[in-house]
Amino acid sequence: MTTTPEHTSAVPLRVLDHNDIFRDEVYQKQFEGKREFEDAAPKEEVQRVLDWTRGWEYREKNFAREGLTVNPAKACQPLGAVLAALGFEGTMPLVHGSQGCVAYFRSHFARHFKEPVPAASTSMTEDAAVFGGINNLVEAMENITALYKPKHIAVSTTCMAEVIGEDLFAYIGAAREQEVIAQDFPVSYAHTPSFVGSHITGYDVMLKGILEMLAKSPDADASKVAKSDKVRLNVIPGFDTYVGNHREYKRILELMGVDPLILGDHSSSLDSPADGEYFLYPGGTPLAQGALAKFSRASLVLQESTLRRTAEYIQKDWKQDTIVLETPLGVKGTDAFLTAVAKVADVEVPAELTAERGRLVDAITDSHAYVHGKRVALAGDPDLVIALTRFVLELGMIPVHIVSTNADPTFKARMEKVLSASKFGAEATVWPEKDLWHLRSLVFTEPVDLLIGSMQLKYISREANVPLVRVGFPIFDRHHLHRFPIIGYAGGLQLLTQLVNTILDEMDRTAPDHSFDAVR
Amino acid sequence: MTTTPAPTRAETEAMIAEVLGQYPTKAAKFRTKHIKANDPEGSKECEVKSNIKSRPGVMTIRGCSYAGSKGVVWGPVKDLVTISHGPVGCGQYSWATRRNYAHGHLGVNNFTAMQITTDFQEKDIVFGGDAKLETVLDEIVELFPLAKGVSIQSECPIGLIGDDIEAVAKKSAKKHDIPVIPVRCEGFRGVSQSLGHHIANDAVRDHVLGTGGGTFEQTDYDVALIGDYNIGGDAWASRRILEEMGLRVIAQWSGDGTLNEMKSTHLSKLNLIHCYRSMNYICTTMEERFGTPWTEFNFFGPSKIVSSMRKIAEFFDDEIKAKTEAAIARYQVRFDEITKAFRPRLEGKRVMLAIGGLRPRHTIGAYEDLGMEVVGTGYEFAHKDDYTRTYSMLKEGTLLYDDPNSFELEEFAKHLKPDLMGAGVKEKYVFHKMGIPFRQMHSWDYSGPYHGVDGFAVFARDMDIAINSPAWDLLEAPWSKAGEVA
Repeated sequence: MTTTPEHTSAVPLRVLDHNDIFRDEVYQKQFEGKREFEDAAPKEEVQRVLDWTRGWEYREKNFAREGLTVNPAKACQPLGAVLAALGFEGTMPLVHGSQGCVAYFRSHFARHFKEPVPAASTSMTEDAAVFGGINNLVEAMENITALYKPKHIAVSTTCMAEVIGEDLFAYIGAAREQEVIAQDFPVSYAHTPSFVGSHITGYDVMLKGILEMLAKSPDADASKVAKSDKVRLNVIPGFDTYVGNHREYKRILELMGVDPLILGDHSSSLDSPADGEYFLYPGGTPLAQGALAKFSRASLVLQESTLRRTAEYIQKDWKQDTIVLETPLGVKGTDAFLTAVAKVADVEVPAELTAERGRLVDAITDSHAYVHGKRVALAGDPDLVIALTRFVLELGMIPVHIVSTNADPTFKARMEKVLSASKFGAEATVWPEKDLWHLRSLVFTEPVDLLIGSMQLKYISREANVPLVRVGFPIFDRHHLHRFPIIGYAGGLQLLTQLVNTILDEMDRTAPDHSFDAVR
Repeated sequence: MTTTPAPTRAETEAMIAEVLGQYPTKAAKFRTKHIKANDPEGSKECEVKSNIKSRPGVMTIRGCSYAGSKGVVWGPVKDLVTISHGPVGCGQYSWATRRNYAHGHLGVNNFTAMQITTDFQEKDIVFGGDAKLETVLDEIVELFPLAKGVSIQSECPIGLIGDDIEAVAKKSAKKHDIPVIPVRCEGFRGVSQSLGHHIANDAVRDHVLGTGGGTFEQTDYDVALIGDYNIGGDAWASRRILEEMGLRVIAQWSGDGTLNEMKSTHLSKLNLIHCYRSMNYICTTMEERFGTPWTEFNFFGPSKIVSSMRKIAEFFDDEIKAKTEAAIARYQVRFDEITKAFRPRLEGKRVMLAIGGLRPRHTIGAYEDLGMEVVGTGYEFAHKDDYTRTYSMLKEGTLLYDDPNSFELEEFAKHLKPDLMGAGVKEKYVFHKMGIPFRQMHSWDYSGPYHGVDGFAVFARDMDIAINSPAWDLLEAPWSKAGEVA
């Protein structure tokens, strides 16, 4: 029996789907019968190997890997380039190379944001691999202009285009010469080989490409800066998949009496209202404002590893005060951010934010007993993992394993600085460039109470029976987390709530009857 | 809910002309060949051109050859390690997203929902990646001792830098005494996933087919289930029917499949193919090489399930035919229960589809069994033989589009105002914004199975959930003036 009749009209028949239906005896027999044809290893042998993969001997073999990568927590450059492009008004990301890549980028982001993700490909195939893809790029520009009417096209590359050495600058010039786009139509570009760095590198070089283009555009005219008694600061969040963060940065700076300009603001483009009409370009940093960014008083760069080239460019070319901070997560992270803003903009931190700080601290005091001493493993992009580590240390948690597949050479030193600032950091081991199969070995040989990272850690979570707090990217399997901020005091409260309630859920789930407390 | 009458062929043609009118001349000329008003007779002037390059910049929904080989054909084989050979991205984006269910322990005797890659760095591009591949193969054998073999899925750079993965595979296979299968499915090859399917089939043919046998006794009722990827458990639901007909399924290709099943498939008495587009090649090969007959079938919805069961039973003796009829009689009770519950809620609803290479036609019957009508359909990566199988299934004037892109789907949806859209995750949220109910028809929107008797109940339930959700009544704010919201 797979269904039971229901008499309510809203659910006319209770139907069992894949979650339940295969528990049925008919299927259990089927699965057992199928083994005859599989020539499968005996169950005892599978169990023996399984146990072995969870031990120290396997861990050592696993860490001795020199070529193999298993379940890495990183993606490739053009993915980041697409996100950077979507942070700007009316911008169509165009990725030059094979078309499958763009299908992947669009689905990857759609699964995370639950939003439409416009991005086009130049659809290069074998002939373009031989003769070059100039015609593909020119026709792409023509078709995009006619069908999707962008205000700006941001071009990046797939590895195919990079391996054959495509010249984007020349090709974009050809598109102008052939008049498929106007001479002054804004096009920015970045070479984003997927065999160098990761998605955060691609974000960086594409953002830099866009800012360079805007800074040279006719709109980049000091006389166009609106007169205001407020200091304008550029905020550069980086490869930040929390649209709530962009809004929170804006809110915080406005409360401080500062005029914030977010560079790469995908909070509207990747979180648009459902109201019956679809808009291809629902938001992004206005291009005209982006062009004026070099006249702002300073730039706040909030992902050091991710935004290295962008920061360098702003400092050298714009000769702007470039303030590189760890991503402002938690109390001290946000304190440092507000202090820096107050200093550079010459403003006071308003009472409202001080009260917010107090509320976060209050919440931490309420929850501290449950988080204190909890052993955690963290994984993710380097900047996020550093900021998260600092936050969990504030809570009295003990980071044990810290993995960042796409860490750069500065990661370890920065992380150790954070760890050494707290006695709770003494046990931590830092694993740059390792993947989640390494993390699996770490978690099985040296167990933890909690995992913090993307949904890709869910396999370890289930297998090792350790709860996972989903933070970072991608998160495909839980809804709406990315719509709330995790930065600032408000974001700290959001993270704290997730952390403490995950621990409490686990405590309730595993508690003996007598300890199943009504009050926690 | 307003019901719009089905457009005539002339009306559909006018709509197509209007949409194509917005293209630049060159692209319009190409796209015209791919979008037609249906003629059930399949006349020449209504023929839809297919399997042709997508125009650059149009936002095609297509993927690549690698996606067709790794994602569709090879990835679901559970006891093989599938290497995404090249840079990290391809394997990352296709990690576990197709929902090919499989039994077994991940990383021990099941390697499906894993991202195993050579993670090419610049030096691998410059100096070649063969040495790294060799190391990786050694490490796989050491870390995954129960893996029955390895397939190497080439990403774009492999074919461009002149690596000899065939030589590495051969050497490694000999060294470790397991099959190591090189697959040249670089993403730039061909025009869509489709060539990847073909290349993958050819690799099976060259390295796996006919190499096994002897691990089980044979019977006269041995069949193979081909082209079922067990999305949300589809293959299990299909297998249930075949077993209840008295047949014995000796191989599943490739959902929840194993190397041994593929190696032994030549022992099958009949190959049953569901996804014709992705695996017709191997069926033809087996017919030529082993004389194995094959037949297409459709396990979506009662009408097609029943006719397919009878069609399959025709290949066997009276005992099978009797069991088949008995099963049909039992199933009919369930079908009636399901349609009685859901059909009144779905009757007359109009559906637009844009899916891969099979479902744009194979699901039509299931919708019709629920009283729904497909008013526009088309394939991402079909060939001519898919369209010739489609024309007669649809009314005159129904919109047919090949390789439809974002622009076209949105425009056609505005014209046709369907009650339900079925496509992929890239399309899903566009239609949510527009207030059009949507179901992902590649991944079953994380639901399923949709195949078989048990799958039909889930299919009907899900279409009902999409169409009859109260969420669609919330789009307009009470203070929005009429007409301001489209």
